[in-house]
Amino acid sequence: MATFIAIILSAVLTDNFITTQTYGICPFLGVSKKTSSALGMGVAVTLVMVLATAVTYPIYTFVMVPLEFDFLEIIFFIFIIASLVQMLEMIIRKISPSLYKAMGVYLPLITTNCAVLGVTELVIGDMSNILGAGVAMNMGWALLYALFAGVGFTLVMVIMSGLREKLNYYKTSKALAGFPIAMVTACFICMAFYVFSLIG
Amino acid sequence: MNKYKKITLDGLIFQNPTFMLVLGTCPTLAMIKSATSAVGMGLTVVVILTLSNIIISALRKVIPNSVRIPCYIVVIATLVTFARMFLDKFLPDLHDMLGGFLALIVVNCIILGRAEAFASKHTVPEAAVDGIANGLGFTFALTLMGIICEFFGKGSLFGVQIMNFTIGMLTQPAGAFLIYGLSIAVFTYVIDAIERARRVKANKLARKNLLKEAA
Repeated sequence: MATFIAIILSAVLTDNFITTQTYGICPFLGVSKKTSSALGMGVAVTLVMVLATAVTYPIYTFVMVPLEFDFLEIIFFIFIIASLVQMLEMIIRKISPSLYKAMGVYLPLITTNCAVLGVTELVIGDMSNILGAGVAMNMGWALLYALFAGVGFTLVMVIMSGLREKLNYYKTSKALAGFPIAMVTACFICMAFYVFSLIG
Repeated sequence: MNKYKKITLDGLIFQNPTFMLVLGTCPTLAMIKSATSAVGMGLTVVVILTLSNIIISALRKVIPNSVRIPCYIVVIATLVTFARMFLDKFLPDLHDMLGGFLALIVVNCIILGRAEAFASKHTVPEAAVDGIANGLGFTFALTLMGIICEFFGKGSLFGVQIMNFTIGMLTQPAGAFLIYGLSIAVFTYVIDAIERARRVKANKLARKNLLKEAA
């Protein structure tokens, strides 16, 4: 139970993917102009993160490590993620055209999102400081971590998009408009999330 | 020769991947905590970007258009795997410093972006120059911000302690965001000013020539 809570709190608040580990900054700055699109991107990323971990984790632990070709992990992982995204896009287009309309535009962008490759690399690495002493990594923990890393990502995306919608009402100088002011806004979100890591 | 000069200047300054195009933000924000890791990351990207540009440019007539992106990704992922093995064996300190972001060079948008926008349409020497210029532009930006963050955040430069006054926030992601945002603002302002001055000068010259012709 302690591990369960530790993983959730760590993935969402203290080790948040955007504010603490700086993974997935491209969509964070690029797709956060409107709350609806930020939410869509967040949900799509969460979905792909969980599916990618569900495929790569067993392949790595049960196939690549015993057969000793784990040094090829980067090539395998990026290929699995790319084909997964492509497949997901086709399935969603077939099953639910309305969902495809809402989410489809974000899916191709996710292949080159470092948050997805980042989470698959993190769960096969050393995670003992999050799991606690004596708890071994397994499939369940890996999936839980991936799910809540996605939730944390979505949370920050939505907060950021809310702030940026508000920013539209204010005049900024020409040099600061666009990316610079978005990054200064992100700086304040990071400071707020930094407080969580002080509690842990 | 003028062609190469333009490619170099574009990569280093006018189309600088970090400041002007805002690509490859994740490694930038993670690595500017210290000047040493910023230089290490930058130089690793220079090598991988140059090699990937050369390989993709050499294969540009062989790769079918419809599957070009997966082909580029395989080339880049192979180079990153080699880089990781090389650094693990010969420069283990740098390997540990870059950590997870070494593997994430695969999804660095600068490398895929240059492959798609430049290397797939130009000859091998041009692509090589473009790779070096863009990589050095990335390194220059990272080093500049790394020096600022490390100097004010830890009071040191490349690990050498200089002063005791520090602003701890600057070694956190929050400070990295702040410095990156302000650097983009200053850089775009300066480039704008340079281009405006150049345009004014060109206008003046044109007017002078017109007057001369009229007289």
